[in-house]
Amino acid sequence: MSFDFAVIISNAEFLLLQGLLGIGRFGGGTLCLAIPAIILGFAVGIILGLARLARRPWIHYPAAIYIELIRGIPLVMLIFWFWFLVPVVIGRPAPEYWVALTAFVIFEGAYIGEIVRAGIQSVPRGQIDAATAAGLNYTQTMGSVILPQAIRNVIPSLVTQFIVLFKDTSLASIIGMMDLTKAAQTVSQRELRPFEMYLFIALVYWACTYSMSCFSRWLEVRLSPERAPAR
Amino acid sequence: MASFLGSSYQFHWDVLWQAPHGQWLLNGFLMTLKLTAVSWVFAVFLGLLFGTLRTTPFRILRLAASAYVEFFRNVPLLVWLFFWYFGAPEVLPESVREWVIHHGMEYWAAVAGISIYHGARMSEVIRTGIQSIPKTQVESGMATGLSVFQTYRLVVIPIALRLVVPPMTNESLNLLKNSSLAMTIGVGELTFATRQIETYTAKAFEAFTAGTLIYLGLCLGIAFVMNRLEKKFAIPGLIARTERVEH
Repeated sequence: MSFDFAVIISNAEFLLLQGLLGIGRFGGGTLCLAIPAIILGFAVGIILGLARLARRPWIHYPAAIYIELIRGIPLVMLIFWFWFLVPVVIGRPAPEYWVALTAFVIFEGAYIGEIVRAGIQSVPRGQIDAATAAGLNYTQTMGSVILPQAIRNVIPSLVTQFIVLFKDTSLASIIGMMDLTKAAQTVSQRELRPFEMYLFIALVYWACTYSMSCFSRWLEVRLSPERAPAR
Repeated sequence: MASFLGSSYQFHWDVLWQAPHGQWLLNGFLMTLKLTAVSWVFAVFLGLLFGTLRTTPFRILRLAASAYVEFFRNVPLLVWLFFWYFGAPEVLPESVREWVIHHGMEYWAAVAGISIYHGARMSEVIRTGIQSIPKTQVESGMATGLSVFQTYRLVVIPIALRLVVPPMTNESLNLLKNSSLAMTIGVGELTFATRQIETYTAKAFEAFTAGTLIYLGLCLGIAFVMNRLEKKFAIPGLIARTERVEH
């Protein structure tokens, strides 16, 4: 069986516009899911990271239990949970996009929370004392002094996690959301060319994730020039 | 009988052990263990091979290993599973394809997908482990007259393997959790069994609870055992790792 380039070219428009960008009558789209999931997951992660380090037990125990529970189960299982729970709670069928987004934010928030916690713990204790001595309250200390340093310290792990999240959005195709994977599935069923189709979207995913990791390396050097690796 | 979140959902926990559902759950659990174990062995082999190659002084080997790692770990596992299940058999030679089709194609596609993907991820863990060993270890090895291969086999790898226990445990647990994706190509593992019970009985809450608890038990259990092992195999004299295994 010979490799068929033409089938890739004739379907590239559908795969990239509909699958990757979500432009088309099926909605969805890998990027339309990944970008909000990254932003919201990051927000949830910061809250969880702070909560895990809180001194009050009724804040840090629930956060710790949440993180341990979520990290102990596969993402597919969580997506199925939401797929089943959301319609029960809202009383009508839920759109796949919102089910997937909720599941991703809840799931990735737990992983990002652990990274944020490690980042906060990497900041020297004297920084908190200095901020307190300067008269800042908790919100000001965390928001203007600790978190900026903490997050700068963990940029590589954070971007790695964002890349994992980006790859994980392919799981939304399991519950039927139209993303890059689902688009390739649809096309390969019609064209009977699965080899070319899956190889092509593998390259598209790779291009996205690889540029994310290049961006991370650039950002790391840019934000902390004093620690830039000698080249 | 209880209402659930305001709706009238009837709990029937007994569906979980009624025939044949209990058997499905057990078979799914065993399949998850088997798929995880077999893929883990291949993934560790690939990880050791390519992770080591990326640190060797041979440029061509380093480049080849980097290409493998960067390509395979940056593409979603789900895409690889579809690729190995739907795409790859097309280009296999006729005789190999016949064999695979008659010996559980979905199972072998899942093993290939999971082990090649996680092998690439484990390579990164092993490479980091090797690179954290002081250069003097390698230099002393070479100075005592060992070849590059012997230095790696007798000095570098034994130290690196003990250093990477915590991140390797993490990665192994990721492999276990990711084995659930094999359900998408029809491997009857735990998530597949859970979905099957849900489809047949419409008791989603009970079925997903069972699956979730089994995964949780497995992950927390393995993390606990590995924490013990890590303490046992810790290299004396290095800064003690006080952090527990993250999963």
